[in-house]
Amino acid sequence: MTDELEMEEGGGVVKKFMFLNRKAPYGTIYALEGLEVVLISAAFDQDVCMAFVDDGVYQLMKNVDTTGIDMKNFSKTYRALEGYDIEKLYVEKESMEARGLTEDDFIVDVTVMSSAELAALMNEQDVVISH
Amino acid sequence: MPTVEVAGKSIEVDEEGYLVNLSDWDEQVADYLAKEEKVEMTQNHWEVVNFLREYYSEYQIAPAIRVLTKAIAKKLGPDKGNNKYLYELFPYGPAKQACKIAGLPKPTGCI
Repeated sequence: MTDELEMEEGGGVVKKFMFLNRKAPYGTIYALEGLEVVLISAAFDQDVCMAFVDDGVYQLMKNVDTTGIDMKNFSKTYRALEGYDIEKLYVEKESMEARGLTEDDFIVDVTVMSSAELAALMNEQDVVISH
Repeated sequence: MPTVEVAGKSIEVDEEGYLVNLSDWDEQVADYLAKEEKVEMTQNHWEVVNFLREYYSEYQIAPAIRVLTKAIAKKLGPDKGNNKYLYELFPYGPAKQACKIAGLPKPTGCI
Protein backbone atom coordinates (compact mmCIF):
# COMPACT_ATOMS: atom_id res chain seq x y z
CA MET A 1 0.00 0.00 0.00
CA THR A 2 2.78 2.44 0.95
CA ASP A 3 4.16 2.62 -2.58
CA GLU A 4 0.81 3.91 -3.81
CA LEU A 5 0.84 6.87 -1.46
CA GLU A 6 1.60 10.21 -3.03
CA MET A 7 4.45 12.17 -1.58
CA GLU A 8 3.95 15.89 -1.18
CA GLU A 9 6.77 18.38 -1.67
CA GLY A 10 7.82 18.52 1.95
CA GLY A 11 8.19 14.76 1.92
CA GLY A 12 5.16 14.14 4.12
CA VAL A 13 2.86 11.26 3.30
CA VAL A 14 -0.58 12.15 1.96
CA LYS A 15 -3.23 9.53 2.69
CA LYS A 16 -6.73 9.28 1.38
CA PHE A 17 -9.23 9.81 4.19
CA MET A 18 -12.95 9.28 3.94
CA PHE A 19 -15.23 10.53 6.69
CA LEU A 20 -18.40 8.52 6.50
CA ASN A 21 -21.52 10.11 7.98
CA ARG A 22 -24.48 7.85 8.67
CA LYS A 23 -26.47 9.66 11.35
CA ALA A 24 -29.05 12.42 11.36
CA PRO A 25 -27.56 15.81 12.32
CA TYR A 26 -29.49 16.51 15.50
CA GLY A 27 -30.49 14.23 18.34
CA THR A 28 -26.98 12.85 18.80
CA ILE A 29 -23.65 14.64 18.84
CA TYR A 30 -22.06 12.44 16.12
CA ALA A 31 -22.64 14.75 13.16
CA LEU A 32 -21.38 17.92 14.86
CA GLU A 33 -18.35 16.23 16.42
CA GLY A 34 -17.67 14.44 13.14
CA LEU A 35 -17.72 17.73 11.26
CA GLU A 36 -15.28 19.26 13.74
CA VAL A 37 -12.93 16.30 13.24
CA VAL A 38 -13.06 16.90 9.49
CA LEU A 39 -12.28 20.62 9.90
CA ILE A 40 -9.37 19.82 12.19
CA SER A 41 -8.08 17.14 9.81
CA ALA A 42 -7.83 19.84 7.13
CA ALA A 43 -4.79 21.24 8.97
CA PHE A 44 -2.79 18.13 8.08
CA ASP A 45 -3.03 18.59 4.28
CA GLN A 46 -4.41 15.15 3.61
CA ASP A 47 -6.63 14.00 0.74
CA VAL A 48 -9.99 14.23 2.52
CA CYS A 49 -13.48 13.44 1.30
CA MET A 50 -16.83 13.06 3.05
CA ALA A 51 -19.59 10.59 2.28
CA PHE A 52 -23.20 10.87 3.42
CA VAL A 53 -25.17 7.64 3.70
CA ASP A 54 -28.41 6.53 5.42
CA ASP A 55 -29.79 9.30 7.69
CA GLY A 56 -26.43 11.06 7.25
CA VAL A 57 -27.87 12.67 4.09
CA TYR A 58 -30.07 14.78 6.36
CA GLN A 59 -26.91 16.56 7.59
CA LEU A 60 -26.79 18.50 4.32
CA MET A 61 -30.40 19.72 4.34
CA LYS A 62 -31.11 23.37 3.52
CA ASN A 63 -33.41 25.59 5.60
CA VAL A 64 -32.86 23.86 8.92
CA ASP A 65 -34.35 25.62 11.94
CA THR A 66 -33.12 24.38 15.33
CA THR A 67 -34.81 26.96 17.54
CA GLY A 68 -37.25 24.38 18.91
CA ILE A 69 -34.58 21.92 20.07
CA ASP A 70 -32.13 24.34 21.69
CA MET A 71 -29.13 23.16 19.65
CA LYS A 72 -26.73 25.25 17.60
CA ASN A 73 -27.67 25.21 13.92
CA PHE A 74 -24.44 23.99 12.34
CA SER A 75 -25.90 23.30 8.92
CA LYS A 76 -24.23 26.43 7.54
CA THR A 77 -20.86 25.10 8.64
CA TYR A 78 -20.89 22.56 5.79
CA ARG A 79 -20.57 25.58 3.51
CA ALA A 80 -17.26 26.45 5.20
CA LEU A 81 -15.69 23.15 4.07
CA GLU A 82 -14.71 24.68 0.74
CA GLY A 83 -12.55 27.26 2.51
CA TYR A 84 -10.83 24.38 4.32
CA ASP A 85 -10.13 22.79 0.89
CA ILE A 86 -12.53 19.93 1.51
CA GLU A 87 -14.45 19.86 -1.72
CA LYS A 88 -15.21 16.19 -2.30
CA LEU A 89 -18.64 15.53 -0.82
CA TYR A 90 -20.44 12.36 -1.87
CA VAL A 91 -24.06 11.43 -1.28
CA GLU A 92 -25.32 7.90 -1.75
CA LYS A 93 -28.11 7.94 -4.32
CA GLU A 94 -30.15 5.15 -2.70
CA SER A 95 -30.18 6.87 0.70
CA MET A 96 -31.11 10.20 -0.86
CA GLU A 97 -33.96 8.76 -2.92
CA ALA A 98 -35.33 6.59 -0.11
CA ARG A 99 -35.85 9.82 1.85
CA GLY A 100 -37.55 11.63 -1.01
CA LEU A 101 -34.66 14.09 -1.40
CA THR A 102 -32.90 15.54 -4.43
CA GLU A 103 -29.64 17.46 -4.86
CA ASP A 104 -31.66 20.69 -4.67
CA ASP A 105 -32.43 19.98 -1.02
CA PHE A 106 -28.76 20.28 -0.04
CA ILE A 107 -26.94 23.34 1.30
CA VAL A 108 -23.72 22.53 -0.64
CA ASP A 109 -22.82 21.07 -4.04
CA VAL A 110 -22.39 17.31 -3.83
CA THR A 111 -21.61 14.39 -6.10
CA VAL A 112 -24.38 11.80 -6.02
CA MET A 113 -23.25 8.23 -6.60
CA SER A 114 -24.74 4.77 -6.37
CA SER A 115 -24.04 2.44 -3.49
CA ALA A 116 -21.79 0.35 -5.73
CA GLU A 117 -19.77 3.38 -6.89
CA LEU A 118 -19.41 4.58 -3.32
CA ALA A 119 -18.27 1.13 -2.22
CA ALA A 120 -15.58 1.16 -4.90
CA LEU A 121 -14.46 4.63 -3.79
CA MET A 122 -14.38 3.48 -0.18
CA ASN A 123 -12.13 0.64 -1.21
CA GLU A 124 -9.58 3.13 -2.60
CA GLN A 125 -9.20 4.96 0.72
CA ASP A 126 -6.30 4.50 3.10
CA VAL A 127 -8.46 5.39 6.07
CA VAL A 128 -12.25 5.36 6.51
CA ILE A 129 -13.61 6.99 9.65
CA SER A 130 -17.27 6.31 10.30
CA HIS A 131 -19.60 8.15 12.61
CA MET B 1 -18.67 30.01 35.10
CA PRO B 2 -16.66 33.15 35.92
CA THR B 3 -18.16 36.51 35.07
CA VAL B 4 -16.67 39.88 34.21
CA GLU B 5 -18.15 43.34 34.72
CA VAL B 6 -18.28 45.59 31.66
CA ALA B 7 -20.06 48.93 31.80
CA GLY B 8 -22.27 47.75 34.63
CA LYS B 9 -23.22 44.50 32.91
CA SER B 10 -22.23 41.10 34.23
CA ILE B 11 -20.96 38.85 31.43
CA GLU B 12 -20.22 35.13 31.55
CA VAL B 13 -16.84 33.95 30.23
CA ASP B 14 -15.17 30.54 30.15
CA GLU B 15 -11.97 29.66 31.99
CA GLU B 16 -9.88 31.05 29.11
CA GLY B 17 -11.83 34.30 28.92
CA TYR B 18 -13.95 33.59 25.83
CA LEU B 19 -17.54 34.82 25.95
CA VAL B 20 -20.06 32.11 26.79
CA ASN B 21 -22.95 33.89 25.03
CA LEU B 22 -22.22 35.50 21.70
CA SER B 23 -25.16 37.81 22.19
CA ASP B 24 -23.36 39.52 25.12
CA TRP B 25 -20.91 41.07 22.66
CA ASP B 26 -20.82 44.76 21.85
CA GLU B 27 -18.00 47.20 21.15
CA GLN B 28 -17.52 47.98 24.83
CA VAL B 29 -17.13 44.28 25.57
CA ALA B 30 -14.65 44.03 22.69
CA ASP B 31 -12.63 46.90 24.15
CA TYR B 32 -12.60 45.15 27.51
CA LEU B 33 -11.48 41.82 26.00
CA ALA B 34 -8.80 43.65 23.97
CA LYS B 35 -7.42 45.26 27.13
CA GLU B 36 -7.26 41.84 28.78
CA GLU B 37 -5.23 40.66 25.77
CA LYS B 38 -3.10 43.83 25.89
CA VAL B 39 -4.13 44.71 22.34
CA GLU B 40 -4.52 48.38 21.47
CA MET B 41 -7.48 48.42 19.07
CA THR B 42 -6.96 50.38 15.84
CA GLN B 43 -9.08 50.56 12.72
CA ASN B 44 -7.06 47.65 11.32
CA HIS B 45 -7.83 45.54 14.39
CA TRP B 46 -11.52 46.32 14.08
CA GLU B 47 -11.45 45.34 10.44
CA VAL B 48 -10.24 41.83 11.35
CA VAL B 49 -12.63 41.55 14.31
CA ASN B 50 -15.58 42.56 12.17
CA PHE B 51 -14.46 40.20 9.44
CA LEU B 52 -14.46 37.35 11.96
CA ARG B 53 -17.93 38.21 13.17
CA GLU B 54 -19.22 38.16 9.61
CA TYR B 55 -17.48 34.84 8.98
CA TYR B 56 -19.08 33.39 12.09
CA SER B 57 -22.53 34.61 11.19
CA GLU B 58 -22.17 33.01 7.75
CA TYR B 59 -20.63 29.67 8.76
CA GLN B 60 -21.27 29.29 12.52
CA ILE B 61 -17.61 28.58 13.28
CA ALA B 62 -14.49 30.57 14.01
CA PRO B 63 -12.05 29.83 11.17
CA ALA B 64 -8.62 28.25 11.56
CA ILE B 65 -5.79 30.73 11.00
CA ARG B 66 -4.95 29.30 7.57
CA VAL B 67 -8.56 29.67 6.48
CA LEU B 68 -8.82 33.15 8.00
CA THR B 69 -5.68 34.32 6.18
CA LYS B 70 -6.99 33.03 2.87
CA ALA B 71 -10.45 34.52 3.36
CA ILE B 72 -9.02 37.93 4.34
CA ALA B 73 -6.70 37.89 1.32
CA LYS B 74 -9.72 37.29 -0.86
CA LYS B 75 -11.79 40.09 0.65
CA LEU B 76 -9.24 42.72 1.73
CA GLY B 77 -6.29 41.85 -0.50
CA PRO B 78 -2.96 40.06 -0.04
CA ASP B 79 -1.47 43.01 1.90
CA LYS B 80 -3.75 42.07 4.78
CA GLY B 81 -4.32 38.40 4.14
CA ASN B 82 -0.93 37.22 5.32
CA ASN B 83 0.50 35.91 8.56
CA LYS B 84 2.95 38.76 9.08
CA TYR B 85 0.27 41.45 8.97
CA LEU B 86 -2.13 39.49 11.18
CA TYR B 87 0.50 38.56 13.75
CA GLU B 88 1.58 42.20 13.97
CA LEU B 89 -1.97 43.09 14.91
CA PHE B 90 -2.49 40.10 17.22
CA PRO B 91 0.93 38.89 18.41
CA TYR B 92 -0.39 35.95 20.44
CA GLY B 93 -2.17 34.39 17.50
CA PRO B 94 -4.62 36.21 15.26
CA ALA B 95 -7.20 33.45 15.27
CA LYS B 96 -7.09 33.04 19.03
CA GLN B 97 -6.85 36.69 20.13
CA ALA B 98 -9.00 38.22 17.42
CA CYS B 99 -11.68 35.56 17.94
CA LYS B 100 -11.73 36.25 21.65
CA ILE B 101 -12.09 39.99 21.10
CA ALA B 102 -14.80 39.32 18.52
CA GLY B 103 -16.73 37.36 21.15
CA LEU B 104 -16.45 34.08 19.23
CA PRO B 105 -15.55 30.63 20.54
CA LYS B 106 -12.04 29.26 20.02
CA PRO B 107 -11.32 28.53 16.35
CA THR B 108 -12.16 25.13 14.94
CA GLY B 109 -9.21 23.41 13.36
CA CYS B 110 -6.47 25.14 15.29
CA ILE B 111 -3.76 22.89 16.63
